Amino acid sequence: MNRALKVGGFIAVAVALAAAGCGGGQPPAPAPAADAKRVDPATAGSVSGKVSFEGTAPAPAAIKLESDPACVREHPNGMTADSVVVSNGGLDNVFVYVKDGLGNYAFDAPAGPVKLDQKGCRYTPHVFGVRTGQPIEISNSDQTMHNVHGGGTANRQFNYSQALQGMKNTTTFTAPEVMVRFKCNVHGWMEAYAGVLPHPYFAVTAGGAFELNDLPAGTYTIEAWHEKFGTQTQSVTVAPKEAKTLTFTFKAATP
Amino acid sequence: MITLNRYIKLVAASVVLLIAAGGMVTSTDSGLAVPDWPNTYGHFMFSFPLEKMVGGIFYEHGHRMIASTVGFLTIILAVWTWMIEPRRWMRWLGVIALGAVILQGVLGGITVLFLLPAPVSIGHAGLAQLFFCTTVSLALFTSPSWRHPRLPLVDDPMLRRVTLTTTVLIYCQILVGATMRHIEAGMAIPDFPLAFGHLVPPSWTAAIAVHFTHRIGAVVVTLAILATAGHVWYHHRSRSELTRPATLLVVFVLTQVTLGAFVIWSGLQPFVNTAHVVNGALVLATSLVLTLRGRRIAFALDGAATDMVRNARQAGGLLPGSELGRTRA
Repeated sequence: MNRALKVGGFIAVAVALAAAGCGGGQPPAPAPAADAKRVDPATAGSVSGKVSFEGTAPAPAAIKLESDPACVREHPNGMTADSVVVSNGGLDNVFVYVKDGLGNYAFDAPAGPVKLDQKGCRYTPHVFGVRTGQPIEISNSDQTMHNVHGGGTANRQFNYSQALQGMKNTTTFTAPEVMVRFKCNVHGWMEAYAGVLPHPYFAVTAGGAFELNDLPAGTYTIEAWHEKFGTQTQSVTVAPKEAKTLTFTFKAATP
Repeated sequence: MITLNRYIKLVAASVVLLIAAGGMVTSTDSGLAVPDWPNTYGHFMFSFPLEKMVGGIFYEHGHRMIASTVGFLTIILAVWTWMIEPRRWMRWLGVIALGAVILQGVLGGITVLFLLPAPVSIGHAGLAQLFFCTTVSLALFTSPSWRHPRLPLVDDPMLRRVTLTTTVLIYCQILVGATMRHIEAGMAIPDFPLAFGHLVPPSWTAAIAVHFTHRIGAVVVTLAILATAGHVWYHHRSRSELTRPATLLVVFVLTQVTLGAFVIWSGLQPFVNTAHVVNGALVLATSLVLTLRGRRIAFALDGAATDMVRNARQAGGLLPGSELGRTRA
């Protein structure tokens, strides 16, 4: 009897450990410290600017869609990769964010989810930011099958099956991580990147432009991340109500 | 027995196809294109609509279909061998082949469900080679030339040592190659034959170390194969059962080095990559055949034992298995 109890207890502990290690899902995002400050909008400043591209931009790479007729139907004239997009001298899809210097602030959790759609056999948006603990709603708007393999090194990985148009999955990341990659292994060209941060000071460039608003006064490290060109950082000091401007420049020869 | 031998050769050939399919899965990064297992997007494997085999699903689901077929063929192999093979160790070798293919399927499922953990994927790749070697060995052991050698058996301790060493080195090299593939270190050193423009990489990471080990391994294996072939041609020139695989081994390893170079120069082009994987399996299998033929004398009574049992059966009698075991030893 005792031996049976010991064996049963051992199995129970093993199952519990396995559940904790393998099937327990993401741990909750850490709560802000009790003495955390709130940003005063009346004194907040901002950092805006442009991510420029110097040199001749590489021609957008053509994607071979023939492996899936549904993707060909969506793009009868072909499709190009959106990894390097330059418009008006500005580089798109650069994730610009406050990497360091915020100190002890608390921020309200965003109300709604960030939406990541698979449409036309590509992810929209290609690069985005999300807060730790904020839901990401991933949907399939295509008339074909996708798998969604996501996750990073700090955040647990997953692989969703979205066999039908209209299917949705929701996930959250609890650890800050720049960047977390999403990939469809059915369509090898489909990739998206999420910057996961515990604060709201991030932007993705459009036409090279970015804005980080409502920043409390302080000295910050601002980082610009691009999937092909890597990262650049700059330090900036923002006084109360001050609007600072920054310029990042990525060069054609870098990749 | 000849029909069984032909059937086992068919199974071994199907394993080559299976290794190629698996190679394409990794080379096209399609391992997670089908998130569920053993089902495919909720469908029973063989009822999954063919028109939905698009993109990476084609490779991953195709690999599963071929693997299932090979598994089914291996069940027949094991049962057939068990029923008609008089050598007890051969019957168990058929069972081992079946166990290997089942374990291989389970490893394939685990690696999908746990999102391709490198140790499991490397184990899957390594076991694939062992399973292939088992089927090749079965084909060799059931072949007429093995069971009824026409010439006196070769007794060359050096040949036994050098062939065994070469086969083990090749298998280790394949494991390093599998590690390189599954930790995505295939382009960790992007130039060839130099490494970042140097003979030795100027800086090191784990990926560079594994990649460079594979390159050094290629040199070691090539030298070992040349030494083996040289030994065979120098000492056993008249023995075609040894010179043929030795020559083939040299051809395969030179092809392998060339393919390895093109893997880098093509930037991991999937078909080139897969050809490198498949040819690597052929290098291993050929070396194994040479190794076993070099050790044929250790199985000296195989043919006699087989004939003894067959004759006994034809005469209406049956030898007990224990006697057969003693005869083999």
